Amino acid sequence: MSQAHTLPVDEYRITEEPYYRPLGKEIEIFLAAHKNRLPILLKGPTGCGKTRFMEHMAWRLQLPLITVACHDDLTAADLVGRYLITSGETVWIDGPLARAVRSGAICYLDEVVEARKDTTVVIHPLADDRRVLPIEKNGELLRAPDSFCLAISYNPGYQSVLKDLKTSTRQRFVAIEFEYPQPELECEIVSAESGIAPDTAEKLVRFAGMTRNLKDSGLEEGASTRLLVHAAKLMASGIEPAEACRSAIAESLTDDPEMLEAVNELSASLF
Amino acid sequence: MTRTNRATEIEQRLQAPLAAVLSPRRTITAAAEHLAARPDHELDIVIHRAISLANTNAELGYQFVQHAIEALDAMRLADVLAWAEQAVELYDQDGLFAATSFLERPERFADEVLNRANAASFDDTCGMLSIYINGLAGRRLALDIAEHAFTDTETIFLPRRISRFEDSKLNRQLYKATASFLWAQAWYGTFRLDANHRTLEQRLAAYDNPRNARDLFDALETIRINACVARDLPGLYRDWQRLQTLTGPVDYPTHWSGIIARLQRPQASMETTFELLPEVINDEVPLALCYQGVLMPGQVAQTMALRMEKDKAALQTSLAEIARNAVPSVASEDTQQPIDTEALRFEVRVTAKPDAPGEFDIQLSLGGQALGIPPELEALLQSILQDLGGFPTEYLVPAGDNDYDPQAIAAEIDADSESGLGPATYYPEWDHQRHQYRKDWCALREQEVEPDPAPFVNETLKKYHGELHHLRKAFEALRGENQLKKRQPDGDDIDFDAVVQAMTDLSLGLEMPPQLFTQLHRHERNIAVMFMVDMSGSTKGWVNDAERESLVLLCQALEILGDRYAIYGFSGMTRKRCELYRIKTFEEPYSKLVEHRITGIKAQDYTRMGVTIRHLSKLLNEIDARTKLLITLSDGKPDDFDGYRGDYGIEDTRQALIEAKRQGIHSFCITIDDEARDYLPHMYGAVNYTIIDDVRKLPVKVADIYRRLTL
Repeated sequence: MSQAHTLPVDEYRITEEPYYRPLGKEIEIFLAAHKNRLPILLKGPTGCGKTRFMEHMAWRLQLPLITVACHDDLTAADLVGRYLITSGETVWIDGPLARAVRSGAICYLDEVVEARKDTTVVIHPLADDRRVLPIEKNGELLRAPDSFCLAISYNPGYQSVLKDLKTSTRQRFVAIEFEYPQPELECEIVSAESGIAPDTAEKLVRFAGMTRNLKDSGLEEGASTRLLVHAAKLMASGIEPAEACRSAIAESLTDDPEMLEAVNELSASLF
Repeated sequence: MTRTNRATEIEQRLQAPLAAVLSPRRTITAAAEHLAARPDHELDIVIHRAISLANTNAELGYQFVQHAIEALDAMRLADVLAWAEQAVELYDQDGLFAATSFLERPERFADEVLNRANAASFDDTCGMLSIYINGLAGRRLALDIAEHAFTDTETIFLPRRISRFEDSKLNRQLYKATASFLWAQAWYGTFRLDANHRTLEQRLAAYDNPRNARDLFDALETIRINACVARDLPGLYRDWQRLQTLTGPVDYPTHWSGIIARLQRPQASMETTFELLPEVINDEVPLALCYQGVLMPGQVAQTMALRMEKDKAALQTSLAEIARNAVPSVASEDTQQPIDTEALRFEVRVTAKPDAPGEFDIQLSLGGQALGIPPELEALLQSILQDLGGFPTEYLVPAGDNDYDPQAIAAEIDADSESGLGPATYYPEWDHQRHQYRKDWCALREQEVEPDPAPFVNETLKKYHGELHHLRKAFEALRGENQLKKRQPDGDDIDFDAVVQAMTDLSLGLEMPPQLFTQLHRHERNIAVMFMVDMSGSTKGWVNDAERESLVLLCQALEILGDRYAIYGFSGMTRKRCELYRIKTFEEPYSKLVEHRITGIKAQDYTRMGVTIRHLSKLLNEIDARTKLLITLSDGKPDDFDGYRGDYGIEDTRQALIEAKRQGIHSFCITIDDEARDYLPHMYGAVNYTIIDDVRKLPVKVADIYRRLTL
């Protein structure tokens, strides 16, 4: 068997500054945690800016960002790596996690609760002060360089009890909580991301507030900041506001005809 | 048959039922001749209906026959039948005269039917409207039916039907406009108390002619609210205006122009309206806008008084709670000493949110220190702010120990049910007519089934000896094990056999196959199943026996499979006494005790299914399993003593099942009710039920159905 094979990580570098408007002290907390080699847990509803925050931090720290979208069939081998056979020899291929450890990049496990519970345990030795990744299959013990950073995210709003992090996992992380931004901030973000006028952005944000009011009356979640940005971008390209809200927000939120009509009426009332 | 013959036949068929009111000068000959011209199927139905009316009252039958031909000309057959039905209803309620005069004018009913086609009805719109109104902002408002549109600040009342426009779409819009206007009244503070805590009703009573004053006040407020909505919700305002242009503009007296301008200013409030009221008090009241509704200050005063009392008490309790937590040392050590009032003074600061008109940020502080506000308290504070526009000092005095006890409410609910039943869990119930939940409506208690040591289980196992053998075989075949799949294109490890072979192939100059990996295939039956067994009174006797036998066989099968399962029986009487009987929980292993409990299942009272489903889905949700099943064994429709039957029961059950589905639970129903085809597809969905026509087959079938369901 040949030597370990590592793919380059340079394509994971972020060269241009991603737009990010801090909501609180999250940037300082992240920087401090990184300096002290602590792993980070991002909590918050979908579309509130967790992934964008990671991109921004990767740019700020000038580190490659390797993102893994977790799903319920994600195995430990998918994260760590496996042998492949090419032209008559076996080659070890690093998984995304091993690659990040080797090159001292940021590894971001998105929606980590979706992964199988036995898979999440793989990150345990990386997430405490040992900062190592044992690779059982080729007997290697990877030691993480100082620049390596492990970040995971999850959405505590999911009601299912199954989609919850084990205490032994979550107690290893520095947690940063994300919420939908305050209205003034959200207006700023929406108009900066899409280029629409602030007063239109303000109406969109009020519309988002209305849908968030409906969270207990039939909607699973209210409109996220991401959806608002989508709607705003449609508007900036000349789509009628009511139409943009319908396509970018209402239809993404629900399929229920009654709820759809009500949500559409709400947006029509604002514009 | 000639037409005359047909007419004679009609007359003869009706002769006997109508004999009591017929005489030589009062015949149905002419009517029969007209009717003879109608096609057979219509004729039969009409005669049939005439006879059944005559059985209620011969005169009703007679009038129906006399006017049936006009009715048939004016409307469809189904409407004619509805017309007859309404006549019977009128007869029951208001007597014969009302019913006959109604039957004498079928054309009126026909008009109404035509109108109805264009009308929008409350039932059709209220689902969407209640979501819409709750989305707008403010206190949650319920919707209900009343003769006039008005609001009491907790409920928006709307007419049952709106048929003002010829187009049903416009009528639907008028519903929305009316409801949103009434919401705006509550939101923009039409009913807010003044600085001296006087209600609108009291302030209007100070005028010589309070009714006239109310109407003028209403007209002025409408101008103000229109301006508010035009500013905050321009799209909604455009809709309002469109409807108003269709009904014709409203003219205001010329000297009102200055007044209107003042009302339209952003800083105008309901106080501005009161200041301006004397200037117009002698004017004629302008026409009402089409979406305006009526102002009912009396109703509002009542509702507000009740709510404010409740809000105040609730706020004081919450503050007491906060105070206790904030200064535990003071409270515990010196209970006899008066608490330092200065340190315990609450203050509330309200600041308007710059970007959301009409919304406010509320900050609570205790003894000068800012406090975080929990969400329930936030809603409460907003509600008080909406009523009073501020926080009077007496509201901010924490409650003493004996003042207000939130548990008193729970006790009240329990008071008229049987006492000593132990603590209950409360669940909401869906009211399909109001399109909303009744909060904390059902009290549910879990209890044990009294174990019965009779040898029922062994007898059943003996009785079904042959079937059991088959069952075991079938279920053993289902049981899977982990297997290492070889020669996979992708996998966790290398399949060395395959590699060796591939290398040989390669050296022979053949193409190397890509299937070189092994994959551990976990054959997991990751299933948790909840059985919900009907223990209502109607199962008494052989249904109960069949249910128990089914459970015995099922347990045998499930033990082979290793699926996690729980069994609960349900029954109850009224919403205050819903009972769940534990037979086996998920954690509990199958044991003699479980067998004795199965033996001990007895028929009890009624079938309130919604609350049971809600509770059992909650239990199921606490289990970690890929597939979750809720299987109901039942013998009939949902039914309970206090009106939980018919559509109400079915719709609540359906709603509970929809909630379960949202939580990822699959529901299935096994029933022995022959009529279940009428309602089960609506409740469980078209494929999620099985009807077993013979109770004796139930025990064997249930296990088999389970096997097929989870294949």
